[in-house]
Amino acid sequence: MISDQLKNQHLLWRAGFGPAADQQKQILKESPKKLFKSILESSRKDPVLFDMADPALKSLVMTASGSAFPQKRNLSPEEKKNIRTQSVLDIKALNIRWLQEMTESDAQLREKMSLFWHGHFASKTVNIFYDQALLNIIRQHALGNFRDLLYSVSKSASMIQFLNNNQNKKDHPNENFARELMELFTMGRGNYSEVDVKESARAFTGWGASLQGEFEFRKRQHDDGVKTFLGKTGNLSGEDVLDILLNNKQTAVFITRKIYRFFVNDQADESKVAELAERFYKSGYDIQKLMASIFSSDGFYNEENIGTHIKSPVEWLVGIRRQLPQEIENPDVQVLLQRLLGQVLFNPPNVAGWPGGKHWIDSSSLMLRLRVPQLIYSSDAILLKPKDDDDLMMGMKDVQQAVAKLRSGEIIRTRIHWDIFLDHFKDKPDAELFAAIQQLLLQSPTALSEPGMKKYMDLSGRNAMIQSAAIRFMSTPEYQLC
Amino acid sequence: MGTLATSSFLVPKFLKAFETAGKLGAGNKVLVVLQLSGGNDGLNTVIPVRNDIYYRERPALGIDKSKTLTLSEEAGLHPELTCFKSLYDEGNLAILNNVGYPNPDRSHFRSMDIWQSASKSNEYKSSGWLGRWLDSQCEHCEKPTQALEIDDMLSLALSGEQMKGIALRDPARLYNASQDPFFKQILQSGNAHSANDTNSYLYQVMAETLSGADYIFAQSKLHPTNMVYPNTEIGRSLKTISSLICSDINTRVYYLSLGSFDTHVNQEGRQQKLFSDMNEAIKVFTSDLKSNHRFHEVMLITFSEFGRRVSQNASGGTDHGTANNMFLISGGLKKAGSLNGMPDLANLSEGDLQYNLDFKNVYATVLNKWLEADDSKILGGKYEYLDFV
Repeated sequence: MISDQLKNQHLLWRAGFGPAADQQKQILKESPKKLFKSILESSRKDPVLFDMADPALKSLVMTASGSAFPQKRNLSPEEKKNIRTQSVLDIKALNIRWLQEMTESDAQLREKMSLFWHGHFASKTVNIFYDQALLNIIRQHALGNFRDLLYSVSKSASMIQFLNNNQNKKDHPNENFARELMELFTMGRGNYSEVDVKESARAFTGWGASLQGEFEFRKRQHDDGVKTFLGKTGNLSGEDVLDILLNNKQTAVFITRKIYRFFVNDQADESKVAELAERFYKSGYDIQKLMASIFSSDGFYNEENIGTHIKSPVEWLVGIRRQLPQEIENPDVQVLLQRLLGQVLFNPPNVAGWPGGKHWIDSSSLMLRLRVPQLIYSSDAILLKPKDDDDLMMGMKDVQQAVAKLRSGEIIRTRIHWDIFLDHFKDKPDAELFAAIQQLLLQSPTALSEPGMKKYMDLSGRNAMIQSAAIRFMSTPEYQLC
Repeated sequence: MGTLATSSFLVPKFLKAFETAGKLGAGNKVLVVLQLSGGNDGLNTVIPVRNDIYYRERPALGIDKSKTLTLSEEAGLHPELTCFKSLYDEGNLAILNNVGYPNPDRSHFRSMDIWQSASKSNEYKSSGWLGRWLDSQCEHCEKPTQALEIDDMLSLALSGEQMKGIALRDPARLYNASQDPFFKQILQSGNAHSANDTNSYLYQVMAETLSGADYIFAQSKLHPTNMVYPNTEIGRSLKTISSLICSDINTRVYYLSLGSFDTHVNQEGRQQKLFSDMNEAIKVFTSDLKSNHRFHEVMLITFSEFGRRVSQNASGGTDHGTANNMFLISGGLKKAGSLNGMPDLANLSEGDLQYNLDFKNVYATVLNKWLEADDSKILGGKYEYLDFV
């Protein structure tokens, strides 16, 4: 028999970033159904869009014609370097800002869904304006319609640059975008031929973005000849190709399966996926409806789906911040952790996004995860050095240094608001404390024993015991799961 | 060793495996992969000393023939690579030129991804070639110490579908970090719960790490090298590797990186410094192996995610290019010296060298002939072997 508390925590971890410290009452008293309703309600609101670009950089870029940033040839190498460094710094600020939103926002499902799309539509630029615009598109459409999302992402400057649609011209088609569109964004491998890739690349010729990030259709570079794509023949445009892909049911199946694996279980239940995909397709790609079907189904709360998902580094980091409310004095340290653990926002490994699951865990990343709660608790240093990121550094060591203190020896300086955490347990008798802390923090069944754990806890007082128990539970393999 | 569990019936299967891991018997070959991160400039590494195009395209950066270390009439080595020159003369160094892959990618990360995962440029693999080698070695055993990376983070190259190598900066530090009694406590009490597959996976990784740390540390103390290595990062790393190679550890693959070779600006000084560090460390490493009679069983190979453009840029550097050279160093080479021709600078593709040897052929050769593994399974296809081993 699975308790409502466990179900509610499961829902909060999967449809968001875990239970927040002030949600204790909801977790204990509400039904999962009602809780999901309130999550969905708050996630429906329009997001506050992020604007983390440095004002000086912005005025440089946005000053109509003759603007400095776009007209790179007018700039001295020193100016170019400064712009680049500022842009990379701003992307880091955007990263930290988004983490804050994931931690504090009530719109948990929207932000979680956005993280999913951020990995699905993986793109990487060193342009703050492009990165920010793409994230804002994703956050606006995260729970909207997949058709709108696909259109907007395909026409975003970030994607156009990352997958070389800017270089896709009538005389020299560039197939990069067309190929990934089918392989990764819509149908998945095995549902199209190389000819389909070539023909659709022709349809996207002329798609470009201005240096300010606006979509541009360059008619003269567009190939307006006859193309045949997935059995349809005509003078197909890029939009026609997107429509053909959306009209193909395989797109609904592919997206639904990926969503199911991200939100429910890494091992997809194919009959459930087929059923959900059918409804998703019939709804005209209504993402919110799909998510409501997933989270309201009984199967979602089956034992095999609870506590079996390995938290991604971002889920793990944000989850800790939600459970242990804290002010981080040096927020950059979160970027160092992302790097050491293998998931830096705005920096996916490639266009396929983060593979997830067991790929998050190796000896180094696991041992670091197990030590971080203790490092937070005692303000100790992280004595690890991440690998260089040559794409960011561009051969300039000082850019890297400006970008983040990505050095070994960085200390996690936080102030944990223990009073809020302690408040959870104020009515618990001493004898039930250990179990209550475990139930709040661990989603997976565990064989950890109370006497064994207590040897490593501070039993000098009630508050000390609760605090040290929380840190110890967060330092277990079980805490990596939700 | 073996302090993890107090009574043997508590020792799970994957811990027991360590006790029977067995030594690496004589005749077992060892591979050391040195990654030159950032895109090393191959043309200023093995220099085409008789090529006018080279000197024309690099009026400032081109290295004068008289300064290079002569390999042949056509080729000279970068002046810092004196030890490589000696190894070349002894027949213990092979050079492969024009190594690359079709449709080269000029992003560091993506191209490194392609090299480390051994994928095609339009294919995304989430495991590395040496990780898949580990998978193939260890289908039924648990010996993650078969592949070690000298670093704080594990590279994709050593990450398999099932098995993953272990990353460590140095054995003592890994050991100290693993000695936290709390970790031993949770490992002892927590791992009995195996109903949850991901949970037991995490416990397995944890157990392998802790016992691996014990094992590696104990081995590193068996035959610590008495050679003096340079006090650089690569010097310390190769010293660790040498001590482990000379112990009884079961490790067959070591991985380390040197960088950054991303020389867009002021290339000359940067490459010189990195080469000097590399040269000095490898000089001690190879003579260490020779004096321990292991040089014929160890092969060190170098690679970089791409080479650089033929023309110098306006900042005293070079930008991202394509095909590049690889060094193969061992006392057990069947064929040494320059194994294929110098790059054809008259026949470029948009200012870049054209590859004529796929790096996957080199991997296939190393996997099959050196590590005696099923290369086509690991690489997902058949690649012709080269004849250097």
